[in-house]
This record gives sequence, C-alpha cells and structure tokens, in this order.
Amino acid sequence: MKSLILRIAARNLLPLFLIISVVVLLRGHSAPGGGFIGGLLAAAGFILYAIGFDVKAARQKLNFNAVNLIGAGLLLSLLSGLLSIYRGAPFSTIEFFTLKIASNVSYAISTPLFFDIGVFLVVVGVLLTVVFSLMEEQ
Amino acid sequence: MNALIPFPILLPLFTAIILMLSLRWQTLQKYISLAGSIALLIISILIFAQIESKGIQAVQIGNWPAPFGITIVADLFSAIMIIVTAIMGIAINIYSFSSIDINRQRFGYYPLLNGLLMGVCGAFLTGDVFNLYVWFEVMLMSSFVLMVLGGEKAQMEGGIKYVTINLFSSAIYLSGLGILYGQIGTLNMADLAFKIRTLPDTNVLNIVAMLFMVAFGIKAAVFPMFFWLPASYHTPPAAVSAIFAGLLTKVGVYAMIRSFSLFFVVDVDFTRILILWIAGLSMLSGVLAAATQYEFRRLLSFHIISQIGYMIMGLGLSSKLAIAGSIFHIIHNIFAKTNLFLIAGVVHRLKGTYDLKKLGGFYKNYPILALLFVIPAFSLAGIPPLSGFWAKFILIKAGLELQQYVIVIVALIVSILTLYSMTKIWAELFLKAEPSTGDNKPLLKPELSLLVPVVLLAGLTVIIGIWTEPFFNILMRAAEQLINPAEYIHAVLGVQL
Amino acid sequence: MDIILAFLIGLLYAAGIYSMLRRSFIKLVIGLLLLSQATNLLIFTAGGLTRAVAPLVPDGEKIPPALSADPLPQALILTAIVISFGVLAFMLVLLHRSHQTIGSDDLDKMKGTDE
Repeated sequence: MKSLILRIAARNLLPLFLIISVVVLLRGHSAPGGGFIGGLLAAAGFILYAIGFDVKAARQKLNFNAVNLIGAGLLLSLLSGLLSIYRGAPFSTIEFFTLKIASNVSYAISTPLFFDIGVFLVVVGVLLTVVFSLMEEQ
Repeated sequence: MNALIPFPILLPLFTAIILMLSLRWQTLQKYISLAGSIALLIISILIFAQIESKGIQAVQIGNWPAPFGITIVADLFSAIMIIVTAIMGIAINIYSFSSIDINRQRFGYYPLLNGLLMGVCGAFLTGDVFNLYVWFEVMLMSSFVLMVLGGEKAQMEGGIKYVTINLFSSAIYLSGLGILYGQIGTLNMADLAFKIRTLPDTNVLNIVAMLFMVAFGIKAAVFPMFFWLPASYHTPPAAVSAIFAGLLTKVGVYAMIRSFSLFFVVDVDFTRILILWIAGLSMLSGVLAAATQYEFRRLLSFHIISQIGYMIMGLGLSSKLAIAGSIFHIIHNIFAKTNLFLIAGVVHRLKGTYDLKKLGGFYKNYPILALLFVIPAFSLAGIPPLSGFWAKFILIKAGLELQQYVIVIVALIVSILTLYSMTKIWAELFLKAEPSTGDNKPLLKPELSLLVPVVLLAGLTVIIGIWTEPFFNILMRAAEQLINPAEYIHAVLGVQL
Repeated sequence: MDIILAFLIGLLYAAGIYSMLRRSFIKLVIGLLLLSQATNLLIFTAGGLTRAVAPLVPDGEKIPPALSADPLPQALILTAIVISFGVLAFMLVLLHRSHQTIGSDDLDKMKGTDE
C-alpha cells in the first residue's frame, strides 16, 4: 500500500502517538491509563508507519530490535520488584523515593512507575514482534 | 527471612531475560541457560531445607495481607516438585546442547525453555486459584511456541490440537473460577479452604469442583480427556517432547491434588469415587492403546495416560499413605518417562526414525544404550528395586488398607500390561535383528551430551529405588501437610482452623 | 439484568462451541475467542452486579466510597483479556504458518498425527 495520504499521515502521526502514549503511561499512576494501553498506542503508531511505508522502514524508525525491547521491559519490571527485597520487604512491595533536582524542586517517585514502564516496553515489543513478522511473510 | 520463596519463579524469568537480550550470541545461549537451571536447583534445595526446619513458608507479594494480595506458598509438596523441575531443567538443557539445531535456537528456544520452567514453578508455588490460571497460561504460551518451533508439517498439526484443547480447558477453569468467586468471595486457596468448610449449600460448589476437575483433567490427560496428548506429544524435537511428557501433565495432577485436598473437601464421597473411576479407566485405556502402537514416542505417550491414572488413584484413595504414594509416583514418573523419551530421541538420532518396525539390532550394536533403557523401562513397569516398584507398592498397600479391591486389581493388571509394552519395545528395538535396508551405513556414535542426561536420570531412578526409606519419610511428611491443611492455612492467613 | 446476561453468556458459549466444531481453522480461532469472551462475561456476572460508583479512592480518603462496585472481577477480566490477546496473536501466527505448510484451512486434512 503506497498511498501518499497514508504515508504523510503515518509520518506525522507517529510522534503524536508516541507523545500520547507517554502521557497515558504517566497518568496511569493514579488515573485510568497505564503501561498496557500506552504500549498499545505506541505500537499502533509504528504499525501505522509500517503499513504506510514498509516493515523495513518501520524497523529503522524503531531503532531497536523488538525482542530486545521485551527483554528490557521484563528486566525493568523485575528489578523494580527486587528493590524491595533489598530493603527487607517481600518481593514487589511499593517503595517511595524523592528525586531532588534542585534545592526547591523535587519529584516523588515510586517503584510501580518503573514496573509500568517495563509493561509499556513489553507490550510494544510483543506487538511489534508479532505484527512485523506477520507482515514480512506476505 | 523467607524472601527466598519467590525466587524459583524470578530466577528462570531472569535467565530468560538475559537469554532474550543475548539472542545474538548463539554459542553463549546454552551455557547461560544451563547455569540458570543449576542456580534454580540450588535455590530450590535451600527452600526445601528451610521448610524442613521451619514448616510451611508463605510470602505476601507486595506486602498486601493474605486474602487480598497475591500469596506464594511453599509446603513440602511444592518444594519437592520444584527440585524435580530444576533437575529436569538441567537434564533437558544438557540434552539440547547437540540435539537442538541453530535455527530453533535463533528463534528463541532457550528463552522459551526458561519461560516454561518459570510457569511450572509458578504453578507449584502459587497460593491463589487465579494466579494458578495465570501460571498455567505462562507455561502454556511457552509450550505452544516450543511445540511448533521449527514449523514442520506434523508439528503444525499436533500444535493446533494441543493449543485448542488447552485453551478450551483454560476457559472452563476460568468459568469455574468466576462462579467460585461469586459464591465464596475469595480466590486465595487458604481462605477458600477456611470458608468452604462453613458453607451451608454445597451444590454450587460441586459444579465448580467438576469444572475444575474437567479443566485439570484435560491438562493432566486423564480418561476420557486424553485424546489430544498422543496426537501432539510425538511431533516436536525429542528434547521438547521429553520435558512436555515429564512435566506438563504433572502440573495438572499437582493442581488436582492441591485443590481436592485443600478446598474441595465438602462432598468427599462423591468426588473420591469419581476420581477412582477416572483413575482406573485412565490406567486401562492408556495401557491398552499403547499395546497397539509401533511408533516409539506415540507408544510412550499412551503410557503417560496410564501412569497419570496411578497418580490420580492416590488422590481418590486420599489416605495419608495413598497421597504419599501419589507424590512418589509423580516423581518417579517424571524421571522415568522423561528418560524414555530422551532414549527415543537418541534412537532417532542414530537411525533417523521412530518406527519400531524399521529398527532393530540395538542390543548387538549399542549394549550400553540397552542397559540405560532397561532401568527406566523396568522402573515404569514396577520391577523391584527400582523407584516405580515402591511407588506402586505404596499405592496398592494404601488401596488394600482402605479395602478398595477393584482399583487394586486394575492397578496390578495394568502393571503387567505395562511390562508387556516395555518388553515389546525391548524385543523390537534391541533383540530383533536390524531389518536390512540394502545400504550398509557405518554405525553412528551418540554424542556425549545426549547420554549424560540419560545416565543422570537413570541414576536418580536407581537411587530413589535403593534409598527409599529417607525419601519415603519426607513424602509422608508432605502428605501429612496435605491431609491436614491447618498448617497451610495458618502459614498463609495466620489463623487456626 | 442478571437474566439477560445469563442468556447472553449461554448464547456466546453456544456460538463459540458451534464455531469450534466447524471444519475451518479460522472458525476454530473465532470460536475460541467467543468462548473466552463468554467466560469473561461470566466472571463479571457471577461477581455480582451492583449499581454503584467506580471503586476509586477520593483525594484525602483512605477507603473507596461505601457504595462502590467490586473491582476484583474487573481486574480478573482485564488479566484474562490480556492473556487471551496474547493467545489470539499466537493463534493468528499459527494459522498463517500452518496455511503455508499444510496449504489448507480444513481441519479434516490435519489428521496426519492421529494414526
């Protein structure tokens, strides 16, 4: 499918999809949203790009091996759970930190955030692995 | 601290992640995977030692208190099963060294193998019926891909049957789970055990019990839900079908023993009789179907069904001795059955076929292989002093104590028929002269990495058979924990029954 | 409401099993999908239908409002949906690959492993 409209739409929508996916991922901490749906959105952007151009171009755009994304996501989720064992609590207990950027600017960060980012990466990786390999075979 | 308990799940996950990230370096894969399995064995032995000294251990994931959060519980039964899983992981890893081709490796054979181990360990450790479903699915997803990895025609056909029937059983299990939650309002196993004992109406509970029984029965391949197993287990490479044959059906049996000893205990008379019927019919149908087979792995597949019958029989009798016999039989069968599948793989490696009619002359050409075959085969048929004899002896003794003579007679007859099947393989494969094919190919020698796991598992079969006493004492304590769930409930919820 | 949903669940189960019994592989996949949807709806219904607000904890409070829906069935369904999503993806790949190697969508032609 080499439609010009689709190409231009895909090229311009991809950054939009990625920004929205990150917004959805971050607001998932205390409102509807989260890593799973965010990952779906991000993957949808790349899939649209692959339909508009081809899989090879989409893979170049992604710049990572999709399988490595799954691995990295799982690793991040696993580590976010292991941290609490290091602190003496059962596996996957929520731990809170404050990240001080300047003397008056600080962010509250908790381990579920990293777990969710891991989920995000896994969903993107799984979807793109499956869809890309299906599209390449045709 | 009991922080160690979740690690049999986390460690294979970690190994799988490392393998996934290092997929590009093919030579490293097998060593990383083997190292992961050895570490799993060490951790599972540590957990076993901890339970031996301190009793049942429970961990509340995320520190959410028991009936609300996810609980991971390790009692002696699960600890023993995890040790066995780790040993299987090591054996299959070594066997895969030379038997898995580079193409399968490139598509992620080793990460999937570790995913499978994670799912199995998760199913053994979970203390929550919904998480049991999740671990079943983790295990199944890995096994689906392992089943069809390589993409041969037979693998596709077998894979479709395997995937369909397993998804169907998962749907049934999930339905039962939904009804159970609607009725009782909890999914934590210990909490279920606690609340079910005070339930006024048991009719709905029986429906749920039957839904669970069908779901676990399909996964464990008992009569009359076994047809998918011999249609699919002989299609993937030998290493894969060996770990399937050894571990996967036993997870179904484990789930059955856990649920019917812990929380489906209200209408005992009804369920126990049903389980005994299923056990007897599984034993008979499996062994009779095996007698007609000449494809090596299909023959062994039918034997799985008949052996599952023995394990269920112990649950149906449900005295302490019978449950111990069940666990004994599970462990013996995992070692012996896997070993036979591995030997079938070695035979295929040497001659390029699984068809017994086309094979022969192995006793003359490979006497060591003949000896290695005899150990698991005789163990399976129940010849003393190998492990299978003791497993059957305990089960039959338990049956006689409870005066269930019919099932005892069935078990004994099936034992003889099993011996018939094994002598058939012996006669066809080892004694019969090799059918001449015209060309005189030189005799191949099996790779060392194929024989090491066979020797390892045969050694375990002999060791369990000879040092039965200490082993049996551990199993009796495990059965004690299953029969009296008070300690289990106390470990999870902190209340007395 | 429960009655309507009960009939709907029954209908979905029936449709799913009917599709699974057809000879085409693609209908088998659709049947499995319908079956998992029926199961999700069953969990939802069996968990108890209530007219209530979402169980979100308001700002400054420690517990959700008194009359709130039970979140657990929904959590279970969400997990089940994610799993069936993964399984469906696998089934589609398998469908595609098996069509390439076997060259047919007819399940009756896939009896090679049964004799």
